[in-house]
Amino acid sequence: MSNGEESGPANVRAIVIGHGDFSAGLVSAVDQICGMAGRLVGLSMMGLTPEDIETAIRAELARTGAHVIFTDLPAGSATLAARRIVKGDASMVLVSGVNLATLLDFVFNTELSPSEAARSAADRGKASLIVVERS
Amino acid sequence: MGIHLYRIDDRLIHGQVVVGWGQPLNARFLILVDDLVASSDWEKELYRMAVPPEMDIYFADVDTAIKEHARYAADPRPGILIAGDTESMHRLAKGVKAIGSVNIGGIHHRAGRAEKLRYIFLTPAEEEQLRALEASGVEVTAQDVPSARAVPLSEVLAGASK
Repeated sequence: MSNGEESGPANVRAIVIGHGDFSAGLVSAVDQICGMAGRLVGLSMMGLTPEDIETAIRAELARTGAHVIFTDLPAGSATLAARRIVKGDASMVLVSGVNLATLLDFVFNTELSPSEAARSAADRGKASLIVVERS
Repeated sequence: MGIHLYRIDDRLIHGQVVVGWGQPLNARFLILVDDLVASSDWEKELYRMAVPPEMDIYFADVDTAIKEHARYAADPRPGILIAGDTESMHRLAKGVKAIGSVNIGGIHHRAGRAEKLRYIFLTPAEEEQLRALEASGVEVTAQDVPSARAVPLSEVLAGASK
């Protein structure tokens, strides 16, 4: 997928999971903009039970060594599953409400710890939400 | 007002419930009927954090929900009641005669379950519980989101709409 760097589990720093094709779309957008999709793994929770969602996230975290989980809705099943994972592992970080600006900030911040990178990304994502109206 | 939707959904509180149904129904409270969740402070806190500030959430095991149902139904605000499985909803409906209809919103794949709809998989025991629910006078349909067609139980069990 990525044009700009090698892909593989060792490069992955975060799991992105959400409704429908949300995560695939976001990861694809990251790739189009900066070619760094290899730092993310997108998962869909379509058709999965809550237990299967948690299992899928845990499997990807174990496979890649990633410590950050991005989810779409705070009320979503993926967020609830991620909360369970974070509760049991202090090295994991969850960011819910992810958008494209969040992920773009995250993939560039490779020198920061997972927690620091997640906080920076969340701040950037929040700041990217603006309302423009004709004055 | 009171309870506008009785829903069976194994994901309990999630986007389809809070946003998909909650917004068009203008739901202001949720009742999560689940014996396991009701017995765990951690589980209750987990689901409480998933609910937007304008919604209240109440937790009850099935027996408590039966006892408290009249109070929920008399609430002046619109609300949604969610049970995580067919057995809980069947028990609830046996104890509460006021339930007129039940929505099956999502029962996902697990060993021993057969696919009936894209979002509904059932064991033979679960099929029987739904048949018994309908036989008791409750209308049972499957509908994941408000814009979808409400599929009658007979059609669900026949697997005709897969």
